[in-house]
Amino acid sequence: MEISTHDLMTVLHGMGFGALFMLAFSGALAELYRMSAPGPAVQPSSRERTLLNFYLIAMVILAWFTVLSGAYIVYPWYRAVPPAGVTDLAEYPRRLLLSSSKTSEWHNIGMEWKEHVSWLAPIAMTMVAYVTMKYGRAITQPRHMRTAVLGFVVAAFVATGIAGAFGALLNKYAPVRGGSVIILMEGEQ
Amino acid sequence: MSMLQDQARFGGVDIPNGAGAAAILAAGIGCAAMGVLAFAGDAWDGVGKALNFYNPTGTLSGVTDLAILIWLGSWFALHRVWHARTVAIAKVNVAAFALLIVGLLLTFPPFMDLLQGK
Repeated sequence: MEISTHDLMTVLHGMGFGALFMLAFSGALAELYRMSAPGPAVQPSSRERTLLNFYLIAMVILAWFTVLSGAYIVYPWYRAVPPAGVTDLAEYPRRLLLSSSKTSEWHNIGMEWKEHVSWLAPIAMTMVAYVTMKYGRAITQPRHMRTAVLGFVVAAFVATGIAGAFGALLNKYAPVRGGSVIILMEGEQ
Repeated sequence: MSMLQDQARFGGVDIPNGAGAAAILAAGIGCAAMGVLAFAGDAWDGVGKALNFYNPTGTLSGVTDLAILIWLGSWFALHRVWHARTVAIAKVNVAAFALLIVGLLLTFPPFMDLLQGK
């Protein structure tokens, strides 16, 4: 059982950071909604506030790790230019997709959209974490701060969903390959 | 809504909402900057080349670096002006969501192509 360094980094980018960040949305939305829901005030305990703050900070870190590792580590491998004369484009995903009209839109729409829209998520989540940590349940008074917080969480979720879905599909049609091989386990045969 | 009603309330004490409003509007500005720069880099070759700050990542490096600078710069500036004040948060929200929509639309390639007449 072996994996290349490029594969490993791509998995870390998509599954390690991106998917974890995506999974965390349901918890964040539920807790932010519960904390700020209209009706009788629910005062979170000090421990609950600390937990929510930690949760939001973890989401912000995951969001930034996802986009930074994507743009500055994985994306350069994706857009690598093959040397003259190379006909096997397996290690050059962008060129591989653009080489056929059946796959070119995966790059022209999928990657072009993903590489930009994904950056809205960490910007939005950083704001959400800051405002929530600073104001706590006071974001409901008046309700407009709550509207902004929940609205930007949803926008971040949508942006992450778009990026994640296209990331998975792009990796199916033109996976990032190459790098040195890491042997994880040797089989008997 | 009056400014007094816009104040956030912490344990019975009214606190200015300016710091939160600055963060919200700056997030909108950052999202819009991402969209505008992505569009500019796509629409004009010269801009695309100028945004190539780091060759392995290409134009995306300049788009993201500049958008982050604009976001953090606007947050810093707005925070300095607003942090001790209470502002009309409803208007800030409208502006922030409008800017967010600009960011979402301008990062969508078919919309970019539509604007460029492609």
